[in-house]
Amino acid sequence: MEEIATNKNTGKPLETQEYFINMGPQHPSTHGVLRLLLTLEGEIIHNVEPHLGYIHRSIEKMCEKDSYTQIIHLTDRMDYLSSHMNNEAVSLAVEQGLEVEIPDRVKVIRTIISELTRLSSHQLWWGVFGMDLGAITSFLYGFRDREMIIDIFEETCGARLTMNYNVPGGLMFDIHPNFQKGTKAFVTHFKKKLPEYDQLLTENVIFELRTKGVGVLSKEDAISFGVTGPTGRASGFSNDIRKHNPYSAYTQVDFNEVLREEGDSYARYKVRIQEMWESMSIIEQLIDNIPEGDYKVKTKAVIKLPKGEYYQKVETARGEFGVYIISEGGKSPYRLKFRSPGFSNLSALNRMAKGAKIADLVVIMSTLDLVIPDIDR
Amino acid sequence: MKAIVKYIISIISALRTLIKGMAITGHYISHPKEIITQQYPENRETLKMFDMFRGEVVLTHNEDNEHMCTGCSACEVVCPNGTIEIISKRIEMPDGKKKKVIDKFVYHLSMCTFCNLCILSCPTDAIKMSQDFEHAVFDRSQLTKVLNKPGSKLMEGVR
Amino acid sequence: MNIYDFKNLTDSIHASLSVNLSPTAVTIIEFIIIASAFMILFTLLGLVLVYAERKIAAFFQLRLGPMRVGKWGIAQTAADAIKLILKEPLVTKNADKFLFNLAPFIIILSTFLALGAMPFAKGLHALDFDIGILYLTAVSSFGVIGILIAGWSSDNKYSLIGAMRSGAQVVSYELSVGLSLLTVVILAGSLQFSEIIASQETGWWIFRGHIPAMIAFIIFMIAGTAETGRGPFDLPEAESELTAGYHTEYSGLKFAFFFLAEFVNMFIIAGIGATVFLGGWMPFHIGNWEGFNKIMDFIPSLFWFFGKVAFLIFLMMWFKWTFPRLRIDQLLRLEWKYLLPINLVNILVMAFIVLMGWHF
Ligand code: SF4
Ligand code: SF4
Repeated sequence: MEEIATNKNTGKPLETQEYFINMGPQHPSTHGVLRLLLTLEGEIIHNVEPHLGYIHRSIEKMCEKDSYTQIIHLTDRMDYLSSHMNNEAVSLAVEQGLEVEIPDRVKVIRTIISELTRLSSHQLWWGVFGMDLGAITSFLYGFRDREMIIDIFEETCGARLTMNYNVPGGLMFDIHPNFQKGTKAFVTHFKKKLPEYDQLLTENVIFELRTKGVGVLSKEDAISFGVTGPTGRASGFSNDIRKHNPYSAYTQVDFNEVLREEGDSYARYKVRIQEMWESMSIIEQLIDNIPEGDYKVKTKAVIKLPKGEYYQKVETARGEFGVYIISEGGKSPYRLKFRSPGFSNLSALNRMAKGAKIADLVVIMSTLDLVIPDIDR
Repeated sequence: MKAIVKYIISIISALRTLIKGMAITGHYISHPKEIITQQYPENRETLKMFDMFRGEVVLTHNEDNEHMCTGCSACEVVCPNGTIEIISKRIEMPDGKKKKVIDKFVYHLSMCTFCNLCILSCPTDAIKMSQDFEHAVFDRSQLTKVLNKPGSKLMEGVR
Repeated sequence: MNIYDFKNLTDSIHASLSVNLSPTAVTIIEFIIIASAFMILFTLLGLVLVYAERKIAAFFQLRLGPMRVGKWGIAQTAADAIKLILKEPLVTKNADKFLFNLAPFIIILSTFLALGAMPFAKGLHALDFDIGILYLTAVSSFGVIGILIAGWSSDNKYSLIGAMRSGAQVVSYELSVGLSLLTVVILAGSLQFSEIIASQETGWWIFRGHIPAMIAFIIFMIAGTAETGRGPFDLPEAESELTAGYHTEYSGLKFAFFFLAEFVNMFIIAGIGATVFLGGWMPFHIGNWEGFNKIMDFIPSLFWFFGKVAFLIFLMMWFKWTFPRLRIDQLLRLEWKYLLPINLVNILVMAFIVLMGWHF
């Protein structure tokens, strides 16, 4: 045993103090204005306390004064990397209340764009993950491939990130004539590039050292914290809404829910990489089979939902996104609640990061794939 | 002995993965054709946005300086952010009847979220999205624009 | 032998000064000349290397890099330097002001001392100690004191963590650098740079020393990169973890010192590597191909040295722009469980080879 150091003057044992560090609100690896209060002993983390509220914009409250068409564009600004899926969730919830039958064409297009959004989100995440690990080059490679998807979006619906392509009852416009061609070109391009991702990062020995066994989240913890999406699936928690509660055209396609058992950062990473392959296969199955038909069903100019409660969940790139609408029969909801995946996923951070090093925390945060506006709303 | 062999094999395989990674970056540095940077202000002429691109809301005018906005305020109502303000006036028609037309179509670019709802709501397709994306100005007040051109009037037959 | 010899130049300067000046005055003037030459070299190295790094990083990443200031952005780093000089030097409120201001100078001093012992070309060698390698490893490692002081005095927790990481890292990797150099010292039989270079006249040690020399070279490159705190070993300033590590609180010129020192350190490591393993300014010779060797001799020794250094620097940049960063415990494990034992065995093997006279 080592001797306890004493103060020379008083003879009392020297006091040790825990070391507090504020990570954020402005910090390169919190990807936004998240503030983490770290309790450290040297490099080892004893406690992580997330502090939220730096970009709270009270979107849920704003929804209470907006009409149902207007609400959709607000959801763009929550999880901006899965804006289409958020839009889709609100649209589906409203359509559920209106009891309209959605044309097949709309369903298929929505699904394709959802999967493209998921791909673009995962590409960005991959690039940023590499950057958090110190391999800055991956950032640019990820963005190169993402740019192709963003261009497809821009051509089809006019916006790159905050798309607002859904309206209750369908889509804002029909797809652009080049949509199918562009998507196919992208899939062929990305099928060549995705193995490069593996070669650059996944197989790298330093990368494996940094991620394997880091930030382990057990299946029980994943379930009790409500951790969904790729993060939950890496812990073996089967939670893919696309499989369990299929919506849009997910019933028509054949795909696997990617599951892994380890629950560490490497598993979370691999799940996302594997999901990119799955997304591409979904797109390939649908892209040539877009049925003819209307891109939208007629709805009243002012949509009023019948009195009642409506809930719709979708699988975004981060996990389960839910929209809960209480309507009093008016043209805007009485109360609207979003269940954002990032918030629940963040809650597991402390459990995962305890005992890890600062460098590990960065990895864990990155594999949680947090989008702060989604957490803060 | 076995342990030593394992040790050496682990080192060699680790080095191999590192070299594999370097092969990727090495490939890109030796293929300058793959560079994706666009030199923005220089490529202004060739840089064309897609037709659908939502740059900003404009009121279309024809050659005779006529627009199609009846001043119905549908876009003003549907806009989630209060971006559009329709200020209308009453003018006397040649036949003595009074008619409501727009005086000013005020558009606050700084408040617009480019959600496209106003365009969809317009019954006469008077407004559309332009592909202009260079919105930077030196003074915030310049972002508040009056979209109807001075002296413009409602197109014949639009009601 | 080489036809370009800087000895003639230096001798003629010395002679022309000695004509009408006392020996003391001559020595002082020569000191001043050498000092200003190194100052200029230091600045030039900084400017060129920063530009090269930015361009090379850009090309690795499918970008173009700086393109606006001057043709191909040539003057970008000069513009940056002017910006840094004009910036306000901020000091944090509770910083230990004296140490805070001292730290950058310690770092700069250590790089200067190391730069002084570099053999740039035939006859262009300011300090040629008989214990050259020992001297170089000694002075290049005391920059870490500056880093520790910087981290401690700036009253910033991130800086302190960065400084501690740096301390652990440099102290450990210093060993590997020294031991891998020792492998060649065994071959060359001298610690003096000029003799090490002279001993490679018939061939570079990396080729003549069989596999142990190769291994030593690889270890040297890894440990050298780690010692400069670059590439996959940039934990002291890991920007995604510690914002900027030990120099978080520095701004303006003092920040520029840290920044420059990093690049010049890279040059020094590459310079040692080139000198010890790749024959310094010695041209590339193959056995007894007389014609080929003659042609090689026509390339001035200065170009040989800087060419080799540039190659090694490019290699280090390649590492940096490809690999993810290690974690602190993995970094130390790499040193103590892999590099050091391999190195020790390697030295023994090399000693055996030299003993048996098996090297070329
Ligand atoms: S695009 Fe949307 S925010 Fe902009 S003016 Fe039209 S309705 Fe308003
Ligand atoms: S632009 Fe269209 S919707 Fe807006 S006031 Fe004019 S006519 Fe009405």
